[in-house]
Amino acid sequence: MKFLKLKPSVGLLSIPYSLIFVFFFFIPLALTFIISFWDYNEYSIIPDFIFENYSYIFKDCFNFQKDMCVTFKTYLSTFIFCFITWFFTLIIGFFVAYFLAFYVNSVTWQIALFLLCTIPFWTSNVIRMISWIPLLGRNGLVNDFLLSTGIIDAPQEWLLYSGFSIVLAFVHLYTLFMIVPIFNSMMRIDKSIIEAAYDNGANGLQILWNVIIPLCKPGIVIGSIFVITVVMGDFITIGIMGGQQIPSIGKIIYVEMSYLQLPAAAANAVILLALTLLIIWIMTKMIDIRKEL
Amino acid sequence: MKKGLTRRNMLKTSTAAIGAVAGAGLLKGFPAIHAADAPVIRYLGTAVNMGDAVQKKLFDDTGIKVKFIVKTTDEVVKTIFTQPNSFDIVDSEYFSMPKLVPSGNLLGMDTKRIKEWDNVTSAFTKGEVAGKKIGDQGTAPKKVMYLKGAKSKEFASEPTQYVTLIPTVYNADTLGIRPDLIKRPISSWAELLNPEFKGKASILNIPSIGIMDAAMVVEAMGEYKYPDKGNMTKEEIDLTMKIFIEAKKSGQFRAFWSDFNESVNLMASGEVVIQSMWSPAITAVRTKGIPCVYQPLKEGYRAWAAGFGLPSTTKGRQADICYEFINWYLSGWVGAYLNRQGYYSAVIPTAKKYMEAYEWDYWMMGKPATADIMSPEGKKLASKGEVRDGGSYESRMGAVACWNATMDENKYMVRKWNEMIAS
Repeated sequence: MKFLKLKPSVGLLSIPYSLIFVFFFFIPLALTFIISFWDYNEYSIIPDFIFENYSYIFKDCFNFQKDMCVTFKTYLSTFIFCFITWFFTLIIGFFVAYFLAFYVNSVTWQIALFLLCTIPFWTSNVIRMISWIPLLGRNGLVNDFLLSTGIIDAPQEWLLYSGFSIVLAFVHLYTLFMIVPIFNSMMRIDKSIIEAAYDNGANGLQILWNVIIPLCKPGIVIGSIFVITVVMGDFITIGIMGGQQIPSIGKIIYVEMSYLQLPAAAANAVILLALTLLIIWIMTKMIDIRKEL
Repeated sequence: MKKGLTRRNMLKTSTAAIGAVAGAGLLKGFPAIHAADAPVIRYLGTAVNMGDAVQKKLFDDTGIKVKFIVKTTDEVVKTIFTQPNSFDIVDSEYFSMPKLVPSGNLLGMDTKRIKEWDNVTSAFTKGEVAGKKIGDQGTAPKKVMYLKGAKSKEFASEPTQYVTLIPTVYNADTLGIRPDLIKRPISSWAELLNPEFKGKASILNIPSIGIMDAAMVVEAMGEYKYPDKGNMTKEEIDLTMKIFIEAKKSGQFRAFWSDFNESVNLMASGEVVIQSMWSPAITAVRTKGIPCVYQPLKEGYRAWAAGFGLPSTTKGRQADICYEFINWYLSGWVGAYLNRQGYYSAVIPTAKKYMEAYEWDYWMMGKPATADIMSPEGKKLASKGEVRDGGSYESRMGAVACWNATMDENKYMVRKWNEMIAS
């Protein structure tokens, strides 16, 4: 029973992390959950056990004669952004990782090109987003170019402050989150497996589909979890790139917090968290990450 | 600029705030001021109008040092509630008082300890400018100025010795326009929703202030006359938001903004030609060499006012130092500094002493500049011969229609505002 002998020291070693986990993750989360049932007024929160914060969120949501309620509209738009962003970051991220892993042979070049991918992260997130404005704006470079070449005869307004610009910024910001785990998975693929596939007469596409993609699944799922959780909770990108005209749950929570409606914000946060966890749970059902790692 | 505020961060800050509420009774912050040391004041506020020059001058004059705790307007309020011992002095807006005063976290300020109290402008104390009543819809300072006592949680309707905040700075806000792109005179708030500016208008996405601008527009369009724009009923909120939702759906707005810098970008890039704006944003657009006018409108201005408050735990030497700081603040040098940024000082006569005659004529009297007008940082704001937008102090502050406000139906209003954003 070697394992049992080791146990005390293992327990000891896990104490620091457990403490951090309990204090900075579990307790705050539990508090958020508890407070989502509290009452509040203009300047304080009142211990209570009410469902008003939740029922308020879903008010009019199940009355289908009327327009869709704010909550459903907001989640619907968030899900759509999530899906489109996930799709593009996956496609782009996968092929960038594929190129790095299989077409670049020297490790030095791999590292150099990898660093190149991180360059956009050297500036602040907000600056990266604001930089799109001179490019996509009414008097921006893209419109100037299209006008001067005669492709369009009036500036295209949908380029900025629209769903398009939001997705563009998301893809720009988060593709790296896909590249890293997929690249990591690809590097673990034993080259001899690919050679074996070749020897058995598989062509490039068949190898990609039947060998590489299945072996990259853990990387794809991890990357997808990163991208989806970030997009679900985002409100800065949606705010700046959507011209504050497109709703996001994060913004609703932010506004509620600024008006000290903390229990309402907590209830919204709990629902957002539950939905995000649900998506992740479904994804991990599709593939057992623990086993694959 | 908040950088990288993710959901995770949101959760962290929210729970930290909640934790602070829970622990507020137990934790007593360490006093920042130690006897005999060089006194340091922890100054909580937006600090938009405070520069390094103020800190330096303060230290030279009084030996007091200031440590700024910079937050947005809403966060300042939140900090007073959740961490009332994390600051020594707070620079807050009057419209927060209906929320803050009942919490008992602020001390009633003793006007007897303010040297220039009798010179505080009548816009604050009586709601008058040059002897004439000005608009008092919304949370006008005079309504929330006086307290029944030093520790009172109730407002007094008549002047008393104790006040909620010692007034410092105020201004009259209006729409900003790009005259070079509009090419015609603008004279009414109704123009914000004029289809002529479809896709080129903007309004700020801070519900408590945005709703006031929206109300000015609705009233100017002749759609409805509010008994009090600053305290709408649910029906009035519905009506106001309905008009804005329709405008938003038809594509009237290019974007909404919630950060000062966003409004500057929108205007400077020409994405927007007419929008709600704050005076320093106008200045920022102009210093880029782009024409931008803080357009006076016939329906009047939406005004705001700020002042200094102390946490209710303040006493002894700490109080002495804070009062000394406030007295220094009102003694003129800062007043002139604020006036030169286009704001107004709460104590006008002392500010005048620190301004050149030509500056005074331009900023306060509405006369054409006889020399180039410089900002406190030395950037050129206006050339010789130009007149300030809106003219003199009396014509600007005298035309105030309403004040930034906290409504009784605040919760409902915020929800309806979110609905508009989602529509």
